[in-house]
Amino acid sequence: MADETPKPQELLDRIAYQPPAKHWMDVPVNIRKGMYCYASNPKSVEYLSMPNARPWNPLEDDWQLPENWQQILHEGFKERLEKFRSIKVFMDICVRCGACADKCHFFIGTGDPKNMPVLRAELLRSVYRNDFTALGKVLGRLNGARPMTLDVLKEWWYYLFQCTECRRCSLFCPYGIDTAEITIFGRELLNLLGLNIDWVATPVANCYRTGNHLGIQPHAFKDMLDFFVDDIEEITGLRCEQTFNEKGADILFITPSGDVFADPGTYTCMGYMMLFHYLKEKYGLKVTWSTYASEGGNFGFFTSHETMKRLNAKMYLEARRLGVKWILGGECGHMWRVINQYMDTMNGPADFLETPVNPITGTVYQNAASTKMVHISEFTADLIRHGKLELDPSRNDNKIITFHDSCNPARGMGMFEEPRYVIKSVANHFYEMPANTIREQTFCCGSGAGLNAGENMELRMAGGLPRANAVKYVHETFGVNMLACVCAIDRAALPASMEYWVPEVDVTGVTELVANALILPGEQERTMDLRSEPLPGMEEADE
Amino acid sequence: MNDKKWIVLGLVIFLGLFTFPLWYNLLVRPGTAAPAPEVVLTDKAKAARQCVMPTEFMKTDHMQLLDEWRLKMVREGTGTFVNPEGKMFAASLSNTCLDCHSNKAEFCDRCHDYVSVAPYCWDCHLDNPKGER
Amino acid sequence: MNQFYLSSLLAVFVLALIAWLGALGLPWLFGIVLPYLAVLIFIVGVVRRIVGWSRSPVPFAIPTTAGQQKTMPWIQQAKIDNPSTTIGVVARMALEILTFRSLFRNTRMKMNGEEGRISYHLEVFLWLFALAFHYAFLTTLVRHLRFFLEPVPWCIQMLGTLDGFMKIEILYNPIQVGLPGVYLSGIVLLAAVIFLFLRRLFVANVRYISLASDYFPLFLIMGIAFTGILMRYFIKADVAAIKELTMGLVTFSPSVPAGISPLFYIHLFFVCVLLAYFPYSKLMHMGGIFLSPTRNMRTNTREARHVNPWNYPVKVHTYEAYEDEFREKMVEAGLPVEKMPAPAEAAATEEEEKE
Repeated sequence: MADETPKPQELLDRIAYQPPAKHWMDVPVNIRKGMYCYASNPKSVEYLSMPNARPWNPLEDDWQLPENWQQILHEGFKERLEKFRSIKVFMDICVRCGACADKCHFFIGTGDPKNMPVLRAELLRSVYRNDFTALGKVLGRLNGARPMTLDVLKEWWYYLFQCTECRRCSLFCPYGIDTAEITIFGRELLNLLGLNIDWVATPVANCYRTGNHLGIQPHAFKDMLDFFVDDIEEITGLRCEQTFNEKGADILFITPSGDVFADPGTYTCMGYMMLFHYLKEKYGLKVTWSTYASEGGNFGFFTSHETMKRLNAKMYLEARRLGVKWILGGECGHMWRVINQYMDTMNGPADFLETPVNPITGTVYQNAASTKMVHISEFTADLIRHGKLELDPSRNDNKIITFHDSCNPARGMGMFEEPRYVIKSVANHFYEMPANTIREQTFCCGSGAGLNAGENMELRMAGGLPRANAVKYVHETFGVNMLACVCAIDRAALPASMEYWVPEVDVTGVTELVANALILPGEQERTMDLRSEPLPGMEEADE
Repeated sequence: MNDKKWIVLGLVIFLGLFTFPLWYNLLVRPGTAAPAPEVVLTDKAKAARQCVMPTEFMKTDHMQLLDEWRLKMVREGTGTFVNPEGKMFAASLSNTCLDCHSNKAEFCDRCHDYVSVAPYCWDCHLDNPKGER
Repeated sequence: MNQFYLSSLLAVFVLALIAWLGALGLPWLFGIVLPYLAVLIFIVGVVRRIVGWSRSPVPFAIPTTAGQQKTMPWIQQAKIDNPSTTIGVVARMALEILTFRSLFRNTRMKMNGEEGRISYHLEVFLWLFALAFHYAFLTTLVRHLRFFLEPVPWCIQMLGTLDGFMKIEILYNPIQVGLPGVYLSGIVLLAAVIFLFLRRLFVANVRYISLASDYFPLFLIMGIAFTGILMRYFIKADVAAIKELTMGLVTFSPSVPAGISPLFYIHLFFVCVLLAYFPYSKLMHMGGIFLSPTRNMRTNTREARHVNPWNYPVKVHTYEAYEDEFREKMVEAGLPVEKMPAPAEAAATEEEEKE
């Protein structure tokens, strides 16, 4: 964590919910260290042949914009109004009732009024009124219109990269105005000028080339999973070898590359491997990984619709090449928004795949009949429900668990019961956080939509406050020490947020908990969990 | 887009409702306007020439006057009304108003029906206590 | 002092003054021409706006899922909050439009004390007053049909009776209210609109986001309700003459009867301004809610393919290009490949390794 990041108490003390006396159009944007992410690396922008690749620095006055940048934005705006009814309607109908204001984690954590979803949208609406409405042209500022200037552009950039597209505000909006949609649209416009952040642009370029955000090349990807095979052998005495790019496998498995790369996601990755090994040994199910489609996540989603489509295309391309029956998706948040609401439209129809059927239980996933992709929690819950997994939940007894609904599986999919059912089946101690902070009302981890960088730590900790606050409550009330989630960004972001706000709580993926409890055929007596920490009751044996 | 038909249908329903008065009147009373009804004055009313108050006042405020009369009569027991010209009347719907306007159907009801009001005077009062014509 | 609400208030006063002068000098303009014009602007404006929205396609299915998805049969689906069928969507939309369901979820966040514990509290007042406002407005509107229909149908008479059900009569010299009977809707409308205004004025964050286009309709509606109440209970108007005017309008035989008070012209002019302003303002949320893609779409997005009419092919990094770049490394790592490297190349790789 960067040294300049304020201490938790300082951060709390800074929050004032009193807006400035001046009108918001008169409060100039102040791009502050710790609150923004570095500018995109021109090489990454260029790699995707996206426009206006160049080095630039948000802190400098001159952003090296193309000369006709206002025209580019105006035309881009116009084009998108004609392509997206959502934008057109959302630009017109907001009544500024303010119901969304205190629903945003960034507003709660920073108190900055421009982080109220309504005002974030007004940053764009003000320009819309000026450029596209008659009343705005005539009445000008009185009607909330203002021309596009460099300061306005900077304000857009600053605040559109302080939104994680979590859709919590949209839940409360009486007209369903979705700030995620507005942010997606705004970022798409910014990308016309080459104004991305590097934490999005470079993973996108990596993913395009190597198949995953981290730029892991095929041989290295296999190597990393081989390390896990060794780790698992130490714990279980079994080698859970996986197959890669295997033609004729039953199922293609795709998960975020973050799980391959960094703790605690790696334990979830080991969990997948153990589960697949179990299913192969017991039921002969053949699951294969792909090095080409080795990324579940899609940072293209945080760049533009076109980029999202370009990255997402690999999933179907690879499934077709390998001739699998259907695709299984790992634990990831925005990945599932893309799969659930965009993939089929963009890159379908996937008529070369079959309607997903769990061959072990016979369950037909009618809800995935067209997209042909099933979530690992849907899959595991079904296996457990049919008694197909041999489990020892007591191995998770030292974990007092709560579940963090990730924004996208919550409000872009509605997957609430499946992971809960899985957790309750593989562990004995589970407590819910307060009702206003879970399920469809869940809070973002604070680092989604590409904001999980190191340089914006203050922003991330502020945005993570509402979630951490609810965890703190169950930690203090029920002694919760483990925060489970089904999202790789959560697994990357929440440990930092927990360390900052609730240091006694760790973060885990759901499948890690499953693998802890899963009794593999022929395994040795386990003394350690996947983290190589002693199982409950084995503490002495370990010593 | 397959939702166009729904949008058009919605618009048609909305416009149908919004313009309801136009086609309702066209159907019910084709080609005719609906001017305010003429009230019929009885001979007695004509002979009196002037009501207890000027006509303009009576058109808009008669209900208020009657309300006040009722209060005076029922609560205070004072049964007289003196108008600005100093003329005295019995403050009584039955004995004063209906004395001249004994033709409820052609006098009271015409306007009341026209503007759709249903005063509760007649819950208690006979409309023509003396049976006059 | 805030330029936005002061300018709006001033605008409404100027409008009232204009109408008052107009009533004295140009009753035919304010009684006939402007109402026709306003209705025309309203209809054309609303149709154009909605058709404009409908011209833009809905490229992606982006419903906000507010409950459990449809999944395996043993998990109960939230059929209205996460509707996978058209019936579910209709139910969801009906709840949104008739009961403001999303707004009902509203909470108020509170940061408590030193330790920084955040809590969320039920906040029903915005929902309650918004609902009261809209229903009172609707009732008032429908009730006014008695001025536009002759004979007045039974149901409209019934509505008037129901609206006047609470017999509120106050009579102390010199205050007299209650005859004609008090309509609740008018009172509720005025009270709710005042609440919504005060909320804008006194809740700091809401004041911060409010524009003139937020205050102006509030003042205008306040003016409409106020003049209406004034005409009914205090400075009484000749309703028979007024109905003659309104009936003239809807039967296209307009006339301006004598004896209509200027107050009526102010009332009517306010309504005309509201009608003409409507299509160009946020008031179009009335139509917009029906077209909101986060609410009016089915959530069966994995079950049935949504078609994007402008879906265009994009440049993708194919597997072939990928394998071409990494083939040697893949072969070396034992990963299957489509095309084995040429023997010479393979030999070269081996040699390199030996070095």
